[in-house]
Amino acid sequence: MALTLADRRHKWDVKLSPFGFVSPYFLIFGVFGLFPLLYTAFVSLQKRNLLDAEGAQFIGFGNYEQLLFHDPYFWNSMGNTVSLWLLTTIPQILFALGIAHLLNRRLRGRMFFRMGMILPNITSVAAVTIIFAQLFGRDFGLVNWVLSWFGAGQVDWQAGTASSHTAIAAMVVWRWTGYHALIFLASMQAIPSSMYEAATLDGARGWQQFWRITVPLLRPQIIFSTVIATTGNMRLLAEPLLFNPGTAAATGGSDRQFQTAALYLYEQGFTKYDFGYSSAIALILAVATMLVAGLSYLVTRRIQTD
Amino acid sequence: MTTVLTPAAPAPPVTPGRTRRLVRRVASPWTYAALIAILAGSAFPVYWSFVVSSQTTEAVGSVPPVLVPGGHLFENIARVFDETNFALALGNSVIVAGTITVSVVLFSTLAGFAFAKLKFRGRTFLLLLVVATQAIPTELGVVPLYMMMADFGWAGQLQAVIVPGLVTAFGVFFMRQYFERALPLELLEAGRMDGCGSLRLFWHVALPAARPAAAVLGLFTFMQAWNDFFWPLVVLTPENPTVQTALSTLASGYTTDYTLVLTAATIGTVPVLLVFLLFGRQIVGGIMQGALKG
Repeated sequence: MALTLADRRHKWDVKLSPFGFVSPYFLIFGVFGLFPLLYTAFVSLQKRNLLDAEGAQFIGFGNYEQLLFHDPYFWNSMGNTVSLWLLTTIPQILFALGIAHLLNRRLRGRMFFRMGMILPNITSVAAVTIIFAQLFGRDFGLVNWVLSWFGAGQVDWQAGTASSHTAIAAMVVWRWTGYHALIFLASMQAIPSSMYEAATLDGARGWQQFWRITVPLLRPQIIFSTVIATTGNMRLLAEPLLFNPGTAAATGGSDRQFQTAALYLYEQGFTKYDFGYSSAIALILAVATMLVAGLSYLVTRRIQTD
Repeated sequence: MTTVLTPAAPAPPVTPGRTRRLVRRVASPWTYAALIAILAGSAFPVYWSFVVSSQTTEAVGSVPPVLVPGGHLFENIARVFDETNFALALGNSVIVAGTITVSVVLFSTLAGFAFAKLKFRGRTFLLLLVVATQAIPTELGVVPLYMMMADFGWAGQLQAVIVPGLVTAFGVFFMRQYFERALPLELLEAGRMDGCGSLRLFWHVALPAARPAAAVLGLFTFMQAWNDFFWPLVVLTPENPTVQTALSTLASGYTTDYTLVLTAATIGTVPVLLVFLLFGRQIVGGIMQGALKG
């Protein structure tokens, strides 16, 4: 029995069409996503300047040696990244838990409140940072005006390490807390009230119930949010870049007091055009991100479940 | 931009013999007070940016700071369009975000459909590859990507921003999850019986069924593409900006006109704000069930 033309066409259709359907993704991602990523490793072993493409030289681990052992600016930027990681991740998670707890009640205008919490997250990082830079201005900033009620002096937020980190952390926390709160809220709503009733019978009150029932049951979401916040923080760039725009933008302040590692990568690659060095920073940052994300995973995994 | 999925919500133990009631405590006035305070904090910076854009430049430097809108909004908007190339930036952002949204939704639906409902060699492996690539921050490949764009002669042009954004791993995975649940196999078999080829099956059966998920994916893709900052900053020039890179250029002048900058920031926020007001319910729902991150 010979196959008819239609049968044969059907056979080929079933066999090949799926590959046709997935190929746009793999083609575009392969060329513009995966290839650059792998090529970074190669570029990082070169002395390579954008303006002198012919003069690219293979120098092995020279860039890494320079970065790790002879470059205080790199370590300064890593230190700033870690400092901002601590200042952003912990408040984000704690505030988000609190807000989710408030939202997890019988509430009029539920959708209105939820939308309000997520509003910061939909605004662009560029707009947010420019607005916050104004709020944290030294002479006419709103934050300093409010502080003056309490007799606090005029803080020059951009000038110091601690003050600039606080201001940048405020932007990040403001932008992301509502997002995490909604994630927490979703799983809070799945906790049956019988668990709280039982706890009430056992004599546990509000706060105890929150820490002993709600938080442990949210462990998977807390782990997720912490890892997300961590990886997001490790590539913090727009906030420090736009916090003090002008000539010292890419250096993160006049004294590099708030230059993050991602911003240092940008400075080396796209203001000094040192592509080899910049690629080496990218790879070290990737490894550091995995380490820090792994660390925060381990810490959050220890949330008590009894 | 990375997109990640949450692990599934924990399945709380259900006491046997008892119905699983989800009676929540009624909110007290204190709850409302606290929530309204938080809401005010959330909205304030955006509101304040609007306030400044409706004031004169002199009013910005006043102590105490201005807290209510003035009457100079349209004047300032006119100034933004007269004195800067913000109109070009807006047009560029519309082109970039629009193209990326259509393309991501189309290709994700196509691939998601294949992964969920069609059988082919290496399907599991390829899907695993998609999931794995979600975790990789694209910032890492930014230097070679720039070199490629320079080689293509695309540096400074919109296609340098558009083309790498045409597909996302998250989109493929998101649509795959949806099809897996929402598209019954019987429907596809019936289509096959009627002699539909795979492409017609996709177009006439899968695509209409995918509409709700495709809409959510489209919303998020649009907002992310509109707000994207780092890659456009690297590859575009101040002469041919998107809204976000135009803002950074405006803010980094030697003497910055803050009214102008904040008016531009306000204008640049309006499109996402509109999307948000129209589809807030879906956006909030998408975050609560799928955990999307820009």
